Parts: sequence; C-alpha cells; structure tokens
Amino acid sequence: MKNSTDHKGFVFTKESLKKKFRWSEFLSEKIITGVGFLSITIIVLIFFFVFKESIPIFYTQKKVVAKVETFQKQEQYGGESDTVQTNSSGQEQYGETTADTMMIENQTRVDDTIVHGSDKATAKSLLGTQWLPVSDNPRYGLIPLFVGTLKITLIAILFAAPIAILAALFSASFAPYWLRELIKPAIELLAGFPSVVIGFFALMVMASFFQNIFGYDGRLNAFVGGVAMALAAIPIIFTITEDALTAVPRTYTEASLALGATRWQTALFVTLPAATPGIFAAILLGIGRVFGETMIALMATGNAAMIGINPFESVRTLAATIGAEMAEVVFGDTHYNVLFLIGSLLFIFTFSLNALAEFYVKGKLVKRFQGKQS
Amino acid sequence: MSKQKSITGGLFIGATAFSAFLIIAVIIILLVVIINGGKGTFSWEFLTAFPEDGMMKGGIFPAIYGTVLLVLIMSVAAVPFGTITAIYLTEYAHEKSIMAQTIRFAVRTLATVPSIIFGLFGLGFFIKFVGTGMDDVFLGGQLKWGQPNILWASLTMALLTLPVVIVSVEEAIRTVPREMREASLALGATKWETIKRIVLPGSRSGIMTGTILAVSRGAGEVAPILFTGAAYYLATLPTSLSDQFMNLGYHIYIMATQSANVDQTLPIQFATTMVLLMLTFLLNLTAVIIRSRLRRKAK
Repeated sequence: MKNSTDHKGFVFTKESLKKKFRWSEFLSEKIITGVGFLSITIIVLIFFFVFKESIPIFYTQKKVVAKVETFQKQEQYGGESDTVQTNSSGQEQYGETTADTMMIENQTRVDDTIVHGSDKATAKSLLGTQWLPVSDNPRYGLIPLFVGTLKITLIAILFAAPIAILAALFSASFAPYWLRELIKPAIELLAGFPSVVIGFFALMVMASFFQNIFGYDGRLNAFVGGVAMALAAIPIIFTITEDALTAVPRTYTEASLALGATRWQTALFVTLPAATPGIFAAILLGIGRVFGETMIALMATGNAAMIGINPFESVRTLAATIGAEMAEVVFGDTHYNVLFLIGSLLFIFTFSLNALAEFYVKGKLVKRFQGKQS
Repeated sequence: MSKQKSITGGLFIGATAFSAFLIIAVIIILLVVIINGGKGTFSWEFLTAFPEDGMMKGGIFPAIYGTVLLVLIMSVAAVPFGTITAIYLTEYAHEKSIMAQTIRFAVRTLATVPSIIFGLFGLGFFIKFVGTGMDDVFLGGQLKWGQPNILWASLTMALLTLPVVIVSVEEAIRTVPREMREASLALGATKWETIKRIVLPGSRSGIMTGTILAVSRGAGEVAPILFTGAAYYLATLPTSLSDQFMNLGYHIYIMATQSANVDQTLPIQFATTMVLLMLTFLLNLTAVIIRSRLRRKAK
C-alpha cells in the first residue's frame, strides 16, 4: 500500500498506523490481570495455611514413633547377647529370656505412655470412637464427628431436596408468570437469612415445637439441627434446579406437548429427566452447604459427640467442633492441630464436591443438549 | 385421557405447589415469630444504648457499631478487587481460555467453601502469619497485630464475600451493549478508556447490587469471626484497627448458648435477632429489586 494523505496533509505511514505504546494501557492491563488471579491465589493459600497448621500431628509423631522403634531394637539386641551368654548354663536360659522380654515389653510400654503423654494424637486415636479433647488423657477420635455430620447431612437433604426440587418444578413448569416472580425473590431472601438467625429460630422455636410433637427427651438433637439446615440448603437446591429446568430447550417441551402429553406429563417425564445432571449438581452443592454449616450445628444439635443411628439423639458435627473449641485452645497444641486437620478435611471434601458438580455436570449437560440437537 | 391419569396429574401439580408454598410459609412464620418476640424490647434506646448489668439489660449499640465497622472495612477490601476481577473476566480474558475457566472455577469454589474454613484461614494466615510477622518486623516482637482484631476479621470476611461481588458485577457488565464498546473504540478510545468511561458507568447498578449483597452476607456471617476478632463484651467501642469488636450475630450466638441466664435475656435475644434479620432482609430486598430491574433492562 502506498502512503495516503488526508485533507489536512497528515501522512499515514506504516509507523504511524502501528499501535502506540501507552503506559496507562500497559499498566491497567497488567494490574487487572494480576487481580484476576487473586481468587486462584486465595484458594491455594487457604489450602496451604489450613493444612500447614495440621501438619505437626503427623510430623512430630513420626519422630517419636521412630525413636521408640530404635530403642526397642537396641533392647532386643542386648537381650540376644544376654541369651547367648546364658546359653552355657541351660536351666537359667529360660528365666533370663523371659525376664528380658518382660523388660523389653516394660520398656516399650513406658515409652508408649510417654508418647501418649506428650503427643496424644496418634493416627490410631484419630480413628478412634471417642472425642474427648479436654481431659487428662485426651482422645481425638474423629469417627463420632463424622457420623454426626453425615447423620445431619442426610436428615437435612432428605427434607430439603424433595421440597426444593418440587418447588422448582412448580416455579418452572406450572406457576403463572406473576407467581413465579413472587416465589423466586422470596427464596432468594431466604438464602439471605443469616445462619445464626436460622440457628436461633431452631434453638428457641423449632426445638420446643418438635419436642411437643415427638415427645423425646433432649430438646436439641440431630433432627432439629437437620431440619434447620434444610432451611439453609433449600435456596441453593431450588435456585440451581430452577436454572437447570429453565435451561431445557423449548423444543423438548413443545415436541412433548405436540405429541399429546399433558403439562404435568411433560414436566415429569420430559423436563425433569432432561435436567437431571443439573439437579444432581444442586443436591451436591446442597450437601456441601450442610456439611460445612457451623452456626446452626452449634446452636441446634446439642453438640454431644455420640455414635448412633437414632435421629433424636444429640450429635456433634465437624464444623461445630472447630467453632466451639478453637477459641479456647492453646496455639500450637495438639488439640489446635487436630482442629486444623478437621478444617483441611472439610475443605478437601467441599472442594471435591464442587469440582464434581462442576465438571461432571457441565460435561453431561453440554453433551446432552448439544449432542442431541445437532 | 383416562380419569385416573388426570387425578395423578392433579396430585402431582398439587405436590409441587404445596412444596413451593411450604417454603414461603416457613419464611413468613420465621419472620413473624422473630418480629413478635422482639418487638416488645425493640426501641430507639435499645439501638443506641450500651449493655448493662452483665448484658441482662440495656441495648446493643456496640454490637451494631462493630458490625457496621466490620462491613465497611470489608467492602473497602472486597468491592474494588471483586470489580477488577469481574472486569478481567469479561473484558480481558478469552471466554474459553484455560485461565478464565480456572478463575471462574476458583470463584465458584470460594463461594462454596464453608465459612468456618475462612475463620481457620484468617487465624492461620492473617493473625499467625501476617500479624505475627508484622509484630516481629516493626515492633520487635511486641504483641499487637498477632492477635484477633477487627482488621483481620474484616479481611477474612472480605475473602468470603469476594465471589458475591464478582458474580454481581460480571452480570451487570454483560448488560452493557457491545455496540457501545465498539462505538467508543471506533472513536479512538483505548481499551482502558472504554472500560473507564463506558463499561464501568454502565454497570454501576451491578456494583451497587454486589456491594449490598456482600454487606448483607458479611453482616450475618458469624463463623469466620468466631476466632478472628469478635468479642463477647467490650466496655468501649473499637477505636483502632487492632481492637477487638462486638458483633450482632456473635452477640446472638453467645447470648443464646453461653450466657448464664438464657431465659431472662430471651427478650433481648429476640430483639437482637430481629435487628439482624431486618438489616439483612432490607439489604437483600434492595438488591433483589435493583437486580430484577437490571434483568428486565437486559431483556
């Protein structure tokens, strides 16, 4: 291209047409990109710092255990040489060795108690069935906490999922426009209720209400906590299910209606199955919400670490344990480290749930709608 | 169509309608019960007085003050960063690029991480790592920042509310028509000038909604501040960033579960819960209204 001249006599050359380098552009782009990475950084930092504080459990332990083992070996070595020495006088041999082995046993037992006295959280005690962090002989068994959390999650989801999914179906398929515009914001408002308010409501009102109906002894138990948590999970499940239902292509429902199916048949047999991956994701995220909910668990479940299947028994959840005990714990103590370990487990669990919901469901939905349409 | 089928259909539609109305009913019952229990104690004095007689009487002014301070500092941290992240996602990153998808995944993960984990992170990172580090470097090991205070609590809360801001602002930025951007660029404006003069003013309401939702969330969350700065009772208001503070939600939690005489303070508890509920409810209502207007405009 030849250089062209506009009417003011400005000459466009290859140079002048090049994009000018501007500091403001350069800086703004770099800064904005940098801030864009912030979310990723935060996730990495959360994982790193929460996990970091729980490492001492494993680290110091291995050291102590290793020490005990070497000690034992030395003892055994000494014992063997003893038996070799006493071999000459046959009768004494038996007594000597038993004394020796007894000594070894004694030695290891002493060491064991030292281990338990200085750093109690062995891997074994983490898998134990007793959670007694504040006692002379503290035990950090996570099993009752897991059982409690699972129990509450199950109760909450059994209430929340059917109600939320049916309500979403009503809003997406049957409700007239004006009603839908009323239901959706109302449930958005429920999502905005602070969990401490729901917890307070459960503690003061729901607990007595259910006690009058069922007549059990403990006012606060897994059932009350579960129902209260269902209130926290319903908005999440409803919103995501509703989105999934309205994302089902119109052609599906139109085809079904054209074939003579009624509206409810279309909703139940066409729209609902088409949206299953989305509904599955909704339930997963609902589980994640209940699993990590702290305030409701603290206020409405009674907080006794018990193992059992009775829904009217008090339970203690993982999140509530952190919330209740972290404030009173000594920094750097084993108890402190175990609480951070629980935090890491919670984080890993919710992270995996979210990842599963995201990738599995997205892949499936896209395949289903685009694959069939084309 | 057989009659039996129409009955099944009726039952089915009835069940869905019942579920929807059940949720609405629970919302209304909750509101009514809390307001009913709290309105007797609620008064102007209750809002502006300090607690008295070991919290048995008096008002909740320090808790309100602390909560307001908390959400203010939180917004100062969360809103700019959230807005800039939203700008990056909509204006700079390619929709399908790995970077953009990873950031989106991180934002959604951040939104689903349990709030108690943020509390642990605030303790492990802000207090024990940053705070203690600051003390060691600037104060020669004297304890000032390495303990719970309102700054660390606010920053912890800011991390929690960051996704709320990002999602709202992003939605708003997408409603700015493409033609406006193209016109601006065609007139010779650079990309940054276009964002500054066209995109940001056009998404002002979205930034507003995001801020309101974040404030409402931050005002109601308790778990993240349990051990990063909230205090049960303070005789004075916090005056510096290194002070502890009282908080509405924490006040409710402590009064309802750990105070000496729960029954006697029940009216105060209900009134405090009512204040918190009304606060978050009104904030959310405002956000919902602004947002529905925005969505209508987008259509």
